[in-house]
Amino acid sequence: FLGAGGGNDIQWCFSQVKGAVDDDVAEADIISTVEFNHSGELLATGDKGGRVVIFQQEQENKTQSHSRGEYNVYSTFQSHEPEFDYLKSLEIEEKINKIRWLPQKNAAQFLLSTNDKTIKLWKISERDKRPEGYNLKEEDGRYRDPTTVTTLRVPVFRPMDLMVEASPRRIFANAHTYHINSISINSDYETYLSADDLRINLWHLEITDRSFNIVDIKPANMEELTEVITAAEFHPNSCNTFVYSSSKGTIRLCDMRASALCDRHSKLFEEPEDPSNRSFFSEIISSISDVKFSHSGRYMMTRDYLSVKIWDLNMENRPVETYQVHEYLRSKLCSLYENDCIFDKFECCWNGSDRQAIFNRTVTFFLPPLCSIVMTGSYNNFFRMFDRNTKRDITLEASRENNKPRTVLKPRKVCASGKRKKDEISVDSLDFNKKILHTAWHPKENIIAVATTNNLYIFQDKMN
Amino acid sequence: DTQEKETITPERAEEAKLKAKYPNLGQKPGGSDFLMKRLQKGQKYFDSGDYNMAKAKMKNKQLPSVGPEKNLVTGDHIPTPQDLPQRKSSLVTSKLAG
Repeated sequence: FLGAGGGNDIQWCFSQVKGAVDDDVAEADIISTVEFNHSGELLATGDKGGRVVIFQQEQENKTQSHSRGEYNVYSTFQSHEPEFDYLKSLEIEEKINKIRWLPQKNAAQFLLSTNDKTIKLWKISERDKRPEGYNLKEEDGRYRDPTTVTTLRVPVFRPMDLMVEASPRRIFANAHTYHINSISINSDYETYLSADDLRINLWHLEITDRSFNIVDIKPANMEELTEVITAAEFHPNSCNTFVYSSSKGTIRLCDMRASALCDRHSKLFEEPEDPSNRSFFSEIISSISDVKFSHSGRYMMTRDYLSVKIWDLNMENRPVETYQVHEYLRSKLCSLYENDCIFDKFECCWNGSDRQAIFNRTVTFFLPPLCSIVMTGSYNNFFRMFDRNTKRDITLEASRENNKPRTVLKPRKVCASGKRKKDEISVDSLDFNKKILHTAWHPKENIIAVATTNNLYIFQDKMN
Repeated sequence: DTQEKETITPERAEEAKLKAKYPNLGQKPGGSDFLMKRLQKGQKYFDSGDYNMAKAKMKNKQLPSVGPEKNLVTGDHIPTPQDLPQRKSSLVTSKLAG
């Protein structure tokens, strides 16, 4: 991190970048979600064109100890198509809002992908052998003339070039009147929730024709609508607990054992606001765009327009930590409202959960999950990391100019006002079209995936 | 952040700027109108009756065409089949996989 640090500071280096180089970005290529699977071997992206691209980390080359495996394309498929609901005169975008991986149970991989209205369960499986030597068929599939068959033989499996196939196994449709913003798989690995602006539904992964409504905040009179649901997530360990955040900056924790419809929260997390500081923008910038539990489930992190907040589940009245992502934007809110940037939905993520310690090169043991670093995106293709222990933070840039592998990324600094130092960027020079909304951290290693508008960057820590 | 009573917070200063530009801006920014707009994302309008009546009325003249902002329905503009999104499927592979 900034300055010389202890041995724990991560030195981030460019590893790879995926996507087109040209500045003319096609709408369909805009990346809308990024997610590692549970082992970190697979990295999925979804885009506005409804496509999913999955990358696979190559097996580590034992002789090449200075870098971890690269991510190469493993599978790509069209997950969702654009639709037009003629009954409601509603255009349904094919944009993938979220991808969530299921934990691996067998050889195949499964993920849930969702657009505004429909969730799909995809099975991604490998085929590396095929049967050959049928009795009644030629190798090209044509049927043989039965009169020419004079012997009987058993077909055998022979190796073939690896083929990765994606097939939709379940389609969970017609359960959301409003636009789905979140999906979250339960720790029971059997159920999952989907949340739209006003409702949250509970599904069973095997059952597509039914879902249970567990939260409904739609007012009887829509004129009385004051807040919407912005994100929702299941607790990582308690299968009965989930949280949802709102456009008013509150988080509600609900327990499904309390009642079938969890309209009454068990806990309400809200930071008191100083009424004298209230402005036209207060509510808009307090709207929570993402909520993520820590791996232990003891904490949760929320992202609003200007900050990241860490909440202790045992304390509802205020966050335990607040990190300013880009406070210098507070004096630009007027223009950010005019260009709609104030409504940008940034996500946030924790560092990976397992930390491996190598002890005299023969014994390795796993340190307990730490969740000590949080990462989130900003503008100008900057992204930020905050170390909860050292209280240090860093700003890095995802740019093709920094793409020398194993060269440590140079920290960036934004000059809010006054005299701009060399190498600093002034707030007015920031490119607000270059937003990093989606980032992901490998579950076990210090590898991060950062999505700019249409490119995917992978950074790794410098291994020595 | 400590502010003297006389000085205005940066947020309030920005608010003043916005209100100076748009004096009719509603009092409740996070209220109904703003949220309703969010809920109505994707709403399009096409009525075949309206469309055919308008065509008959206009006879040979051109129907008022849609302006640059396709989603805005203004004046005599009747959404035409041309304005509606074509049901298309993206056959092009993502450039991330290229």
